[in-house]
Amino acid sequence: MEKLDLLVTGAGGQGIILASDIIGEVAIASGYDVKKTDTIGMAQRGGSVLSNVRIAPKVWSPLIKRGAGDLLLALEKLEGARWAPYLRSGGIAIVNDHALPPLSVSLGKSRYPSDEEILNILKQRTDQVYFIEGTRHVRELGNIRTLNMFMLGCVSLFMPFEVEIWKDSISRRLPPNLREINLAAFERGRKEIQGVNF
Amino acid sequence: MFVNVPRHFFLSGKLWYHTVSMTERLKLLSGNEALALGAYHAGVKVAAAYPGTPSTEILESIARFEDIYAEWSTNEKVAMEVALGASYAGVRTLVSMKQVGLNVASDPFMAASTTGVNAGLVVISADDPGAHSSQGEQDNRHYARLAKVPMLEPSDSQEAYDFMAYAFDLSERFDTPVLVRTTTRISHSKSVVEIKRSRTVPTGTPDFHYNVQKYVMLPVHARLRHPLMEERLIKLAEYAESTPLNQVIWGEPELGVVTSGVAYQYAREVFPQASFLKLGMTYPLPQNLLRSFASQVKRLIVIEELDPFLQENLQAMGIKAVGKEFIPRLGELSPDIIEEAGHKAGWLAGAFPQQAPAIPELPKRPPLLCPGCPHSGIFFVLSSLGRRAKAKTPDDYRLVITGDIGCYTLGAYPPLLAMDTCACMGASISQALGMEKAGINKKMVAVIGDSTFLHSGITGLVDGVYNQGQITLIILDNGTTAMTGHQEHPGTGISAQGKEATKVELEPLVRGIGVRDVSVVSAFDLKALRSSLRSALDNPELSVVIVRGACSVRVPKRGEPRAIAQEKCNQCGTCLLLGCSAIQREGEQIYIEAALCVGEGCAVCQQLCPRQAIGPQSQSR
Repeated sequence: MEKLDLLVTGAGGQGIILASDIIGEVAIASGYDVKKTDTIGMAQRGGSVLSNVRIAPKVWSPLIKRGAGDLLLALEKLEGARWAPYLRSGGIAIVNDHALPPLSVSLGKSRYPSDEEILNILKQRTDQVYFIEGTRHVRELGNIRTLNMFMLGCVSLFMPFEVEIWKDSISRRLPPNLREINLAAFERGRKEIQGVNF
Repeated sequence: MFVNVPRHFFLSGKLWYHTVSMTERLKLLSGNEALALGAYHAGVKVAAAYPGTPSTEILESIARFEDIYAEWSTNEKVAMEVALGASYAGVRTLVSMKQVGLNVASDPFMAASTTGVNAGLVVISADDPGAHSSQGEQDNRHYARLAKVPMLEPSDSQEAYDFMAYAFDLSERFDTPVLVRTTTRISHSKSVVEIKRSRTVPTGTPDFHYNVQKYVMLPVHARLRHPLMEERLIKLAEYAESTPLNQVIWGEPELGVVTSGVAYQYAREVFPQASFLKLGMTYPLPQNLLRSFASQVKRLIVIEELDPFLQENLQAMGIKAVGKEFIPRLGELSPDIIEEAGHKAGWLAGAFPQQAPAIPELPKRPPLLCPGCPHSGIFFVLSSLGRRAKAKTPDDYRLVITGDIGCYTLGAYPPLLAMDTCACMGASISQALGMEKAGINKKMVAVIGDSTFLHSGITGLVDGVYNQGQITLIILDNGTTAMTGHQEHPGTGISAQGKEATKVELEPLVRGIGVRDVSVVSAFDLKALRSSLRSALDNPELSVVIVRGACSVRVPKRGEPRAIAQEKCNQCGTCLLLGCSAIQREGEQIYIEAALCVGEGCAVCQQLCPRQAIGPQSQSR
């Protein structure tokens, strides 16, 4: 394969844009063409967020076609299910096993899907679904805001880029006082996937 | 369930190999960052803008360069006039705005076309197909034709960077403002940019040369300018024939695609074999080039977002082209939409391939007011005084609330339901006045943010005072332009370049206009909000309530989060009516997500709870 199309999704405020920016920078530093685009809606926070990252020797459209994504990285599981149709058949889904119920659910106007329903939606596209307890891991690390770097650690195992380039890019994008804990979250994400993989 | 995945099965080959020095020249930039850098390298000395998605980051990026002057102007009309003045004074100038911003700035924009420029003047309009963050899908390419000015449309960040040099040269060479039109997908997508140039040091000192026939648009002079504008268009059309901005990319001759902007990228992907006439300059159009391209392909199609702007221009030239018969004119395009249309139209062989199956309907996640938002309390009070939650039908609402453009437009959503109109920047005040003068029997309340009030609310308020209005105006003063990402404005006392500035104070401004009933109230004090609003509503004359509270995203230190004492809570759900996303319900249990709550700085839910079940986390456990 000569292309890699990634969907990164979650709820506003989870750090999705930063995570997908870092993926893009790592891909450039590794010698590829990259296009990246975010669908953010209108508010600063809270809404559904989707980043498209496309990596290949030459990329035209910044948007990924429905059913063509190679990797789906979801920082929230409802959002993972929502964007599942953009994953290609047999692609890889990495989903943080954590629910952020939308307001309509809290108000009793709609129902948050069960884990089984979410898994079924993802399984329609692929058998390669990784449910990861990312939120628990970063809580243990002591900073819930490092979830995006933990999830980057997970997805990095499926991408052919040197680990040093990842770390370099993460270090450059974060202020010095937050570098160490975010790099630790990234490492922990890598270990977590290695643990289930081998 | 886990499958062993080989690590490196993607991306078998790297095609471009490069040295370290080349990596430094390659940057992943958004279209907006690339436009700013391109303008900076083209020697821009003055930049002006009013924030508006998706254009905001252009000025934010260029303001970081210390050797230029960059400002947030009060509104787009002011920005355009500042830019025009700077251009007259002999320095290269950039002005940027979102598509509807150009409506506000259209008067000076038309004037700029009439007078022409002295040094280069480039106007960026960032359109928003799909209305991701706008009140409409307006296609601003029509402005180029209306104003008789050249228009460039980059199709990625590299072109956004490269085209700025062309835009400034064109402006000076043809004595015209140049419109650079982007869309959300260009402005906000990031792609690789090779930085080919560096800062051109502006030459010459700023100077204004007296030329009354060019700069003073008395009717007698304006009539002299018009033939020059028409001549300019003819010369620009000649230029369009040979400019490298327009490119022919030959593929197979069966299908010829005329396209521009991001639609080009989609079309390249969907029709890999086709021939392309890619237009980087979309007004005026190169007639000969188009005719020659059309004559060399079997079937000519036009792929463009929104209106059939190119297609109608082609048809007016007598060139037969198909496009909008199959490509939707609504919403944003995507490779999927074009591919589906291509199969329907027979531009692609066979039927549209089966897509991923549809999934069951999932709960939506719309954008919300943030936890700790200073707008939540006042909207809750408006909602309850206006009987919004309890009324059987909207006809039973007690107040009519005209709204405006900003985060607070989200107050229209359930559970608050506290907004009845929202049209355009500044409209809340004048619309409320119009409704009152029409004679409706309900009290009118207009709601506007601080930045929007300064943008275009002031003139409406002057109108209301002058014409004996009886409306109540609520100014939501959160001390920033929050919706677009916290830009400074005249009321913040800080400039676009982070320097101290003279602060325009709202209270004396409103009083100076002639409003006698002015009150200022904390956004987080429910009792005070209720009593201020009640007394303003009871006053038969025009009243203004300034609701002050910092945007929660900008409050650096969060207080101790609130929590619900479960033994006191009877699940009445009153706190949920605030619409705060930190207050959540799982089954019957209502709880506050501590990681989201901003704490005692807000505590509006604590004041609201009828059973006093909400308090600081440490006291609720």
